[in-house]
Amino acid sequence: MKRYATWGVLFALLTPFMLAAAPALSGAVEQQALNLTAIYMFVAFVLGTLGITYWAAKRTRTASDFYTAGGGITGFQNGLAIAGDYMSAASFLGISGLVFASGYDGLIYSIGFLVGWPIIMFLIAEQIRNLGKFTFADVSSYRFGQTQIRTMAAISSLVVVSFYLIAQMVGAGKLIQLLFGLDYWIAVVIVGILMMIYVIFGGMTATTWVQIIKAVLLLCGATFMAGSALYYFGFSPEEMFRQAVEVHPKANAIMSPGSLVKDPINAISLGLALMFGTAGLPHILMRFFTVPDAKEARKSVFYATGFIGYFYILTFIIGFAAIVLLAQHPEFFKPTALAADGSVLKDQLVSGINGGTNMVAIRLAEAVGGNLFLGFISAVAFATILAVVSGLTLAGASAISHDLYANVIARGRSNETTEIRVSKYATFGLGLVAIGLGIVFEKQNVAFMVGLAFAIAASANFPVLIASIFWSKMTTRGALIGGFAGLISAFVLTVLSKAVWGDVFGHVDVDGKPVGLIFLDNPAIVSIPISFVCIWIFSRFDYSERGKIDRAAYDAQRVRCETGIGAEGASGH
Amino acid sequence: MHQDLVETVKAHPRYQELICSRKCFAWNLTVLMLVMYYGFILIIAFAPKLLGTPLSAGAVTTIGIPVGIVIIVAAFILTGIYVSKANGKFDALTKTIREDLQ
Repeated sequence: MKRYATWGVLFALLTPFMLAAAPALSGAVEQQALNLTAIYMFVAFVLGTLGITYWAAKRTRTASDFYTAGGGITGFQNGLAIAGDYMSAASFLGISGLVFASGYDGLIYSIGFLVGWPIIMFLIAEQIRNLGKFTFADVSSYRFGQTQIRTMAAISSLVVVSFYLIAQMVGAGKLIQLLFGLDYWIAVVIVGILMMIYVIFGGMTATTWVQIIKAVLLLCGATFMAGSALYYFGFSPEEMFRQAVEVHPKANAIMSPGSLVKDPINAISLGLALMFGTAGLPHILMRFFTVPDAKEARKSVFYATGFIGYFYILTFIIGFAAIVLLAQHPEFFKPTALAADGSVLKDQLVSGINGGTNMVAIRLAEAVGGNLFLGFISAVAFATILAVVSGLTLAGASAISHDLYANVIARGRSNETTEIRVSKYATFGLGLVAIGLGIVFEKQNVAFMVGLAFAIAASANFPVLIASIFWSKMTTRGALIGGFAGLISAFVLTVLSKAVWGDVFGHVDVDGKPVGLIFLDNPAIVSIPISFVCIWIFSRFDYSERGKIDRAAYDAQRVRCETGIGAEGASGH
Repeated sequence: MHQDLVETVKAHPRYQELICSRKCFAWNLTVLMLVMYYGFILIIAFAPKLLGTPLSAGAVTTIGIPVGIVIIVAAFILTGIYVSKANGKFDALTKTIREDLQ
């Protein structure tokens, strides 16, 4: 926990999203004994999902099948899949661990991750469905110069996907090492290979169903855990909080906002990144093309928001219940955390837990459901990582094949067969890169990567997307410069922040604490406005012929966006 | 999409009604969500003790707990409100426009 305190708000806040961000897992982890129950259950999951992939492969013929499951997913199914993309292993283990360590602060994070969803619903979900075909770049570039805007959108997609993917792979390796007792590199290779199989053979259909199954398993598992925990307290939250306050070293402080949000500027900046970053994540936006129409797109956001909100409430209960219940299990703690009589020392409750606070949910599973349930939750955690990296890889491969290859390199003259082939090669390539970087970054501090991915999504993808939908006067030049300005400023400001400048590059202040060149932990409060201002200035003073075409095309785009006329069927444009 | 089709749709009286009412509705809900969330963040930044007030004398549960849960539930309800109006009123308007075009 000492290192926790020295972290910036942003990256501490983002820990839930990514296991690797947590202090306990950023250093060496102790490998556990081989957990056979967990491995059997995981093998059952893999066999089941490979069966689905086989079934999906037979149905995946056209580009539309590959990228969007042929648009045949219902709103409810897509809601589960979106929730699945969002409920990563890290958000399950990370948020419950955070609640365990700091109490109320965990809830603040959950809320930040959730509130982007209503915004997506109100401003972009149905618009994206009506305007796009396979990727969000279809929407960003709808009325603009295809070469410029697609290249820009594909680059920022790939940057976002890569950072997110590395973080997930490193987190996966460490988590699996802890849960299953496998070597780090074996875990990374298994995740990489399975992910490639799902995506290459089963495309979006398999990726979506893997995500749905995992979401259902995770929701059921978490419901069982929270339910058993509440049963223990006679279904009285007050009783649970009372006992938690009694045994927790921070006592009453866990019931109110703590030290993690240090100042208003950083708090708001983080809020902006979480809220608008969600609305710019390529693998999330891609899910809106898997449903048949705008009506189903709206429904999917509604269900997704419900599932995600419910899930965060469960993790909050799990974290609080763990404070009380784990304190009764000295076997989960390091020997140094125990008193002479074998009970857990109060001040060692958080720092003394074996495997770190990220293991809290796993330990609670064991405490309430025995070895069988422990195996189940471990297998679900593994499945979760697999599903999330598959979605990310598919989004990255689509940016390469649909945006870069089909629309920039082949200038729209490629055929579907070639495009699908390119996306399969791209998936294979991305899979190899993910495995390679996952192994290379094993010992690195990758805590900043998910934060960076969110910041770039919020500062490059989101402004261009929202301006292309709502602002008639944006031009190709404005979109191009605005997008790159957001991308570069988010990147540079993150490099100068404490999480990279101090924690990764090792710059320290006079007291030897990691330090950044700027006080901002998250660039969003600066980089989002930079992007919007550049879009405005360079569009406003764009007197080119291209600019006239861009502005003139808005009416037609607006009509299609609002009514869906022209969006049905092949969605060609 | 042909320019004359675009002009026909734009001239349709229901089209103006659709885009105006949807725009107002969507942005109102957006502002409501932003105010709730950033209000919460500002309270955390400036007056964290407020959220730490016990619900009643002697209780351990603080005001912050129901406030947090309410924001989560509100996010869900607001999306629900939007969906019901969009899948009802807005889709009906869109349908009218489409039928008139044929």
